[in-house]
Amino acid sequence: MEMIGRGVIKAFEMIISRDPEIVMITLLTLKISGIATLISILIGIPLGVILAWSNFPGRKIVISIVNTAMGFPPVVVGLWVFLLLARNGPLGSLELLYTPTAIIIAQAVIASPIVIGLTSAAIMQVDEKMRLQLKSFGATKWQMLLLVLRETKYSLLAAVIAGFGGVISEIGASMMVGGNIKGYTRVLTTATVMETSKGNTDVAIGISIILMLLAYLVTLGLTIMQHREVKE
Amino acid sequence: MIKGLMKKTMMLSLSLLLILGFVVGCSSNEENTSNKENTSSSQENATTQAKEEKGSVILATTTSTQDSGLLDVLVPVFEEQTGYMVKTIAVGTGKALEMGENGEADVLLVHAPTAEQVLVDNGSAINRQLVMHNDFVIVGPKGDPAGISGLTMSEALKKIADSSTLFISRGDDSGTHKKELGLWKAVGIEPAGVWYQETGQGMGETLRVASEKEGYTLTDRATYLALQEEIASQILLEGDKDLLNVYHVMQVNPEKSEMINAEAAKAFVEFMVSKETQEMISEFGVDQYGQSLFFADAGKDENNLSK
Repeated sequence: MEMIGRGVIKAFEMIISRDPEIVMITLLTLKISGIATLISILIGIPLGVILAWSNFPGRKIVISIVNTAMGFPPVVVGLWVFLLLARNGPLGSLELLYTPTAIIIAQAVIASPIVIGLTSAAIMQVDEKMRLQLKSFGATKWQMLLLVLRETKYSLLAAVIAGFGGVISEIGASMMVGGNIKGYTRVLTTATVMETSKGNTDVAIGISIILMLLAYLVTLGLTIMQHREVKE
Repeated sequence: MIKGLMKKTMMLSLSLLLILGFVVGCSSNEENTSNKENTSSSQENATTQAKEEKGSVILATTTSTQDSGLLDVLVPVFEEQTGYMVKTIAVGTGKALEMGENGEADVLLVHAPTAEQVLVDNGSAINRQLVMHNDFVIVGPKGDPAGISGLTMSEALKKIADSSTLFISRGDDSGTHKKELGLWKAVGIEPAGVWYQETGQGMGETLRVASEKEGYTLTDRATYLALQEEIASQILLEGDKDLLNVYHVMQVNPEKSEMINAEAAKAFVEFMVSKETQEMISEFGVDQYGQSLFFADAGKDENNLSK
């Protein structure tokens, strides 16, 4: 109990004093996971739409693969990205291993299936009758797409929230392809693990509280946006 | 049109990120003007970026050099002196050696002399130099249920095995794990059974497990001292000649990969054995623990190390 109390106090100390190292780690975490989420939106929403509306043999298999990938262990993604980016790997010459870019790549791979899966699920839920009705009103394909996306805004933002939540909290991939390098690839999750093994549990608790606050703030922002969008 | 909507979603996410970034960024900017410490930290960031242009060196090392805080002291000095950026990857010694063998790292700082020699012999590592040592200790619950306190190393291990008292092993092919297996082998015991459990994790985590489950474990002294306040385990056996923990630094053979930064690796090896660095190593930890965590050994004969 005493330890937890000390950790909570430490968290407030770190926030109030704006400990420069913690500020830097927090900003880096936000930047990496934010960019990874943006990439997953760019990849995930179009692919999700295509998956929902197209009809090709083996579509169900593709959907089931995407659904499985939604729950892919980050550490597995981390291992494969590591193997690709390692000096002896196929993309070794890019020298991306142990850089923030490597973490962004891994996190985008983790978040994209989540966004694809939830987007296609949301769009598939739109009533077929609505599509037919729109068609009968003479809507073009693009107009229809826009209307359907509008109809599913709430679910689409939920997909973004899920994607972001998935990557900001993961550690396996960040550790493996980022290497937890001080001042360069150390993010909040890897810092938490390191401080724990260093015997600085209070600092670890403090960082974990900052991580939860950060995840909450971003999700809160997205949720507010979500509800505003729906009201419109 | 779809582009429009996507753009909108993107813009919204982006603006949110920017707002958050701005809030945190702003607050740190504010402080830059008033707080000297913060100014130096932003300068540090600037130099980190500059260093990245000059070139970086991947240092694969054991967790104990990072977890004890030693590298936090040494690395910035090296970066300052040479202008290289050090990418420290703290893993178990087994993994670090493997990274060396595959040319994934430029320089190694590890503590498993026998396994290191293999890399030197097969040409994977060059320029291997003795850096420092400390010692391993056996820690266990306060009550010492197996009664090993005051025994010799081999007697103690036999007693733990005979009484089937819980022993927590790293089980992760780290330097400490290799050392532990060597100790069991020396007394002719093959540790197995419910009393012998492997965590597969780093020293810090393993010490916590040993403390929570009231088991014995082998640890390097530096990591134990760092965790001492947070765990219940006590040092029960120390000072045995078999418990020496020796660290070497070595370059990965540049022939292993075109991407190896041999120049920076060589500079790091030279830095680790330089007089100034050796002094820093000797002084490290004295103010916090009242004793040195590592004993500087550069230039000494490995066979004549004594505590």
